[in-house]
Amino acid sequence: MNKIASTIIELTVRNHPGAMSHITGLFSRRGFNLEGILCASIGNGENSRMYLLVENNSRLEQIVKQLQKLYDVLKLRIRHDYDHTLFNRLHELIKGEGL
Amino acid sequence: MYYSGAQILIKLLEKFGIRKIPGIPGGANLPIYSALADSSIEHILARHEQGAGFIAQGMARSTGKPAVCFATSGPGATNLLTAIADAKLDSVPIIAITGQVPTTYLGTDAFQEIDTYGLTLPITKHNFLIRSPAELLEVIPEAFRIARDGRPGPVAIDIPKDVQFEKIKVSKWPSPKRTKIKKIDQKTIRKIAQEINKAKKPLLYIGGGIISSGAHLALRKFSGKNSIPVTSTLMGLGAFLPQGSLYLGMLGMHGARYTNLLLKETDLLLAFGVRFDDRATGNIKEFCSQAKIIHIDIDYAEIDKLKKTNISIAGDIKQALEQILPYLRRDARRQWLAHIEKFKKEYPFFMPAKKYFFQPLNFIQAINRHLAPQDIITTDVGQHQMWVAQAYTFSYPRTFLTSGGLGTMGFGFPAAIGAALANPGRRAVCISGDGSFLMNIQELATLADLNLDVAVIIMNNKNLGLVRQQQELFYGKKYIGTFFKSNPDFTKIAESFGIRGYDLGKAKQPAKMLDEALRKKGPCVINAPIHYAENVMPMVAPGAANSEMIGGQEYE
Repeated sequence: MNKIASTIIELTVRNHPGAMSHITGLFSRRGFNLEGILCASIGNGENSRMYLLVENNSRLEQIVKQLQKLYDVLKLRIRHDYDHTLFNRLHELIKGEGL
Repeated sequence: MYYSGAQILIKLLEKFGIRKIPGIPGGANLPIYSALADSSIEHILARHEQGAGFIAQGMARSTGKPAVCFATSGPGATNLLTAIADAKLDSVPIIAITGQVPTTYLGTDAFQEIDTYGLTLPITKHNFLIRSPAELLEVIPEAFRIARDGRPGPVAIDIPKDVQFEKIKVSKWPSPKRTKIKKIDQKTIRKIAQEINKAKKPLLYIGGGIISSGAHLALRKFSGKNSIPVTSTLMGLGAFLPQGSLYLGMLGMHGARYTNLLLKETDLLLAFGVRFDDRATGNIKEFCSQAKIIHIDIDYAEIDKLKKTNISIAGDIKQALEQILPYLRRDARRQWLAHIEKFKKEYPFFMPAKKYFFQPLNFIQAINRHLAPQDIITTDVGQHQMWVAQAYTFSYPRTFLTSGGLGTMGFGFPAAIGAALANPGRRAVCISGDGSFLMNIQELATLADLNLDVAVIIMNNKNLGLVRQQQELFYGKKYIGTFFKSNPDFTKIAESFGIRGYDLGKAKQPAKMLDEALRKKGPCVINAPIHYAENVMPMVAPGAANSEMIGGQEYE
């Protein structure tokens, strides 16, 4: 995976069954590519932290704006200090599993 | 005191000012209806859930306040979807409340179970699936806030039947919530004023945002002080006064020639409360290619979405206009306005000879003459809608209700019922086509129930006219699926519902019959024969630049 071409978006979201649908639905509906997701609940379980691996292209600005508009998204940060290696072990895991 | 979920819901709706709710009951929302029966809220029984959704839209669009509609689970919810999606695309604050199968049945394919939450997710501003009655105390005030504040939009709330029944103790009722409006950066305000003062050929491109924020008077002052001409999108009609030399009418696919050509000339485009929709801009690359662009919209996701701007504000347009105004130079802009007058003469919008009563543009103007400026016009979607946009003069905001973004046939008639319900004493007139009217004709029963001052005028050309027009112009006159072999006698249909029916085609003096029909109070249906070959002109082909217009050179 190309390090420069990817960006990691960090989201803090309300932790409820529909939150994930809202976020992934946005990507499919607006034709954005989503290359990876990491998600886990934080604190007392009321909120979740989500890391989205996305292509760093001209549509990134629009993706960020649309994500910020979602009711369940409480906080959004572009993690320039993280890189795709965060997802590397996940990709290894997926590769290892086969079909 | 103990209240059931249904009682909490109804009590909160009452508290938040809801007086009338259109809807249809069914198995999964019966507890809500039972609580509704004990309330001060009037129920409006629609004959199809889509009708209920559009009645709510008519109420919301004509007042700017959130309106509520009810439906049961399964087919009740799916029937609502078109009206919800329509509200999303035109930023209309409606709150759709649906019944759902009991929580324990969720996900089991129970009778009339459908994933309403999943279905409404991409077509609402936000949606909720309620899991306990206590959640309602938080969600209902939130729903009103979300629907109304910022860029308005629909909210869907799905409530399982067991949650409607379950009782909890309520000691404190929540108050309405409001979102704080962000202050606008004063440096940007002054920068925008400077750019306008400096510009040679500024042009205002305004849209529905002006109406949503109640900025029409601020806009009129703004344009007047610096003599800035105004062109409007379909959704912005009524925001600016149609009389006067500064008005350029609607732009885009069916705009006047001079309007679309002037867009190529402007050096500063003031895009206020608009979203650069393709029907307005034509080929976006060619749109105002000579101009600097200043974009103000409440939704920051619209800024730079389709067109890169030079200066922008994501904020309330009324505030922005009022704050820029003091910095604007008083300017008569003689040169620019003279140039505009020249264009208006060289590339005019051609009107047909007055003698043809049923020529569509003449006919729209005849309707216009019979109605008061405060009367509310709704339309369906198609040729008649564009003819209204071209030829009717709207002087007040919220007097023109039309399905712009989604372009939903069947919108106009229930929306007119909703507008009449929300504005007692004012007349609502739905100008429709024979194709569109048939799509929600069952609401004639609802209208008969209510005996409202609603008139339906059907421009009947026995065709899906705007589609036929595209087949003629862009598909080698290969007509398919656009001619109606059978059409009902609309007069008789109206009469069978106990509503007055008129057929102008059978009248010796159609103008007199139209006058007679509209002079009387109460509901009526008026059929008007329109020649099938009449087209909406000029026209920009989909995907072409606005400057490449077909037809409308003179009246053929």
